[in-house]
Amino acid sequence: MAKKTNLEIVDQLVAETDYDRYIIQLSKKHERAIETKDLTVTYDGLKYAMNPATIAFEKNKITSLIGGSGSGKSTFLRSLNRMNDDVATVGGQILYQGVDLNAPEIDVFEVRKRIGMVFQRPNPFAKSIYDNITFALTQRGKYSRVELDEIVETSLKNAALWDQVKDSLDKSALQLSGGQQQRLVIARALALKPDILLLDEPASALDPKSTMQIEETLVNLKNNYSIIIVTHNMQQAARISDYTAFFNMGKLIEYDLTRKIFTRPKVKLTDDYVSGNFG
Amino acid sequence: MNDELYQQLTKKSISTKKDNFGKRLSLFALILIGLVVFAILFFVVSRGLSTFTLDQINPFNFVFGTQWNPGKTDEAGNQLVGALPMIVGSFAVTFLSALVATPFAIGTALFVTEVSPKWGNKIMQPVIELLVGIPSVVYGFIGLAVVVPAVRNATGGTGFGIFSGVVVLFVMILPTITSMTIDALRNVPGHMRESAYAIGATPWQTIYKVVLRAAIPGILTAIVFGLARAFGEALAVQMVVGNSPVMPDGLFSPAATLTSVLTQGIGNTTDGSLANDVLWSLAMILLLMSLLFNTIIRRIANRRALK
Ligand SMILES: Nc1ncnc2c1ncn2[C@@H]1O[C@H](COP(=O)(O)OP(=O)(O)OP(=O)(O)O)[C@@H](O)[C@H]1O
Ligand SMILES: [Mg+2]
Repeated sequence: MAKKTNLEIVDQLVAETDYDRYIIQLSKKHERAIETKDLTVTYDGLKYAMNPATIAFEKNKITSLIGGSGSGKSTFLRSLNRMNDDVATVGGQILYQGVDLNAPEIDVFEVRKRIGMVFQRPNPFAKSIYDNITFALTQRGKYSRVELDEIVETSLKNAALWDQVKDSLDKSALQLSGGQQQRLVIARALALKPDILLLDEPASALDPKSTMQIEETLVNLKNNYSIIIVTHNMQQAARISDYTAFFNMGKLIEYDLTRKIFTRPKVKLTDDYVSGNFG
Repeated sequence: MNDELYQQLTKKSISTKKDNFGKRLSLFALILIGLVVFAILFFVVSRGLSTFTLDQINPFNFVFGTQWNPGKTDEAGNQLVGALPMIVGSFAVTFLSALVATPFAIGTALFVTEVSPKWGNKIMQPVIELLVGIPSVVYGFIGLAVVVPAVRNATGGTGFGIFSGVVVLFVMILPTITSMTIDALRNVPGHMRESAYAIGATPWQTIYKVVLRAAIPGILTAIVFGLARAFGEALAVQMVVGNSPVMPDGLFSPAATLTSVLTQGIGNTTDGSLANDVLWSLAMILLLMSLLFNTIIRRIANRRALK
């Protein structure tokens, strides 16, 4: 018998009637941060870059999204706070506290206030460190200088950057190192006090020390935020996340507790991926 | 369903309202500009066409005729309204000047952005930008005072002619093309240069194969602007080109361009006369040619743009 291609394996898997059993269901006692129902994404109107994905993320936990390059992790993540609005067509539902965020009448700016996002490449604005953090706030309302000072301090402390920059808040953010910039961007997202923080490979360009600091930051943030993070770093996923979802070729393959995904995955594809076996 | 949250998420926030207002504002601006452009086109074309409708001039004779003397007729009774001499004159000065200016402009721009950015930023660029702003009459005046006598001494003719026009236009459009080319080169991201160096490319290879290649759409746009400025320039050219609407038989004999005939003639003709109508027709040709330039180069730029 001819060896099956990966695509065939994936197709067959998803066509299985009890495919759902590879996707862990949160019980009633687990509070949900956000969940999707048959979320689909297509860039060209023809082919699904994300096939119907139904998945619920637990509140105050860290969930890792893993999978090979081009498997649709970013595509999925960006849909959650409607960053794909002008780029792609997103179908299905995104439920946030019972409200479907994917409905047309939803105000995307309000959504993004509650669901913040950090990108792979550090992207501070060409402004001072201070102004980077206060920018979104001052656009949205009136804050006194004292309030702003306080928000800047807490955000930077939460992002583990405060000690390094507290004496140079007026310095241009572009002069910070890559790792510092990334933490500044996290602080910028935190300043809006979002509910959910989406991160797309936030540490992929950073040295081990900055990476560790960011990981610590995320673990500390867990108490107040729900975090969904895309990562290519298996150790990182294993270290920091409570749940892990595995994507392959635009399909959600398996979703479970991180410990299970890394020790006893149900699907062979997942096993191959997390153990680095691509033969 | 969480009604309170739903309310919050769907009530149009102030930022959304501002956003919509901004969108509408820019749409309004777009429509306004569109209307103005359309009105100009409509006006010029409708007046320009009356030569062929009201005055019954054969369009073919107008575009390809070589005798220009509105109001006069030849022995066979045909009106002498051949615009070819001016069309040729316009194209000649425009393309020759752009042809000469482009290499200089690219060279200067490369010097400023790639070879010696420090010196370039401090001295060259401000000077170039200053030159862009000099009124064309100044260029024309210098052309009249310096270029024309020089050409006269060198060739023995009058000194007026296409060559003098090209020299003046060259000096005029050089800063325009240069400063836009500088912008185009600056827009090439630094990492492209670095990655070229990283695979062992020399600075020249990097500039030629990577930087210029990436900047082509911008450079082409710069050239179009130069062409458009040259093609539409009236005053400076009129001062040095000789203003004799005959087929140019060389670079050094007096000639005329569409614009120079227009500026000279428009005050000396009466509204509704044939002599006035044909000027509108010239304006129409001028307009259509500019449109054509733009479309052609946009096409090229689009095709060659890095996607
Ligand atoms: N803006 C876009 N337009 C068209 N297709 C896109 C776009 N962005 C992504 N895609 C396609 O969608 C698929 C999934 O891409 P996505 O960026 O989600 O992958 P990923 O899992 O994040 O990969 P990586 O690990 O490399 O970041 C890919 O095949 C990609 O080519
Ligand atoms: Mg990605």
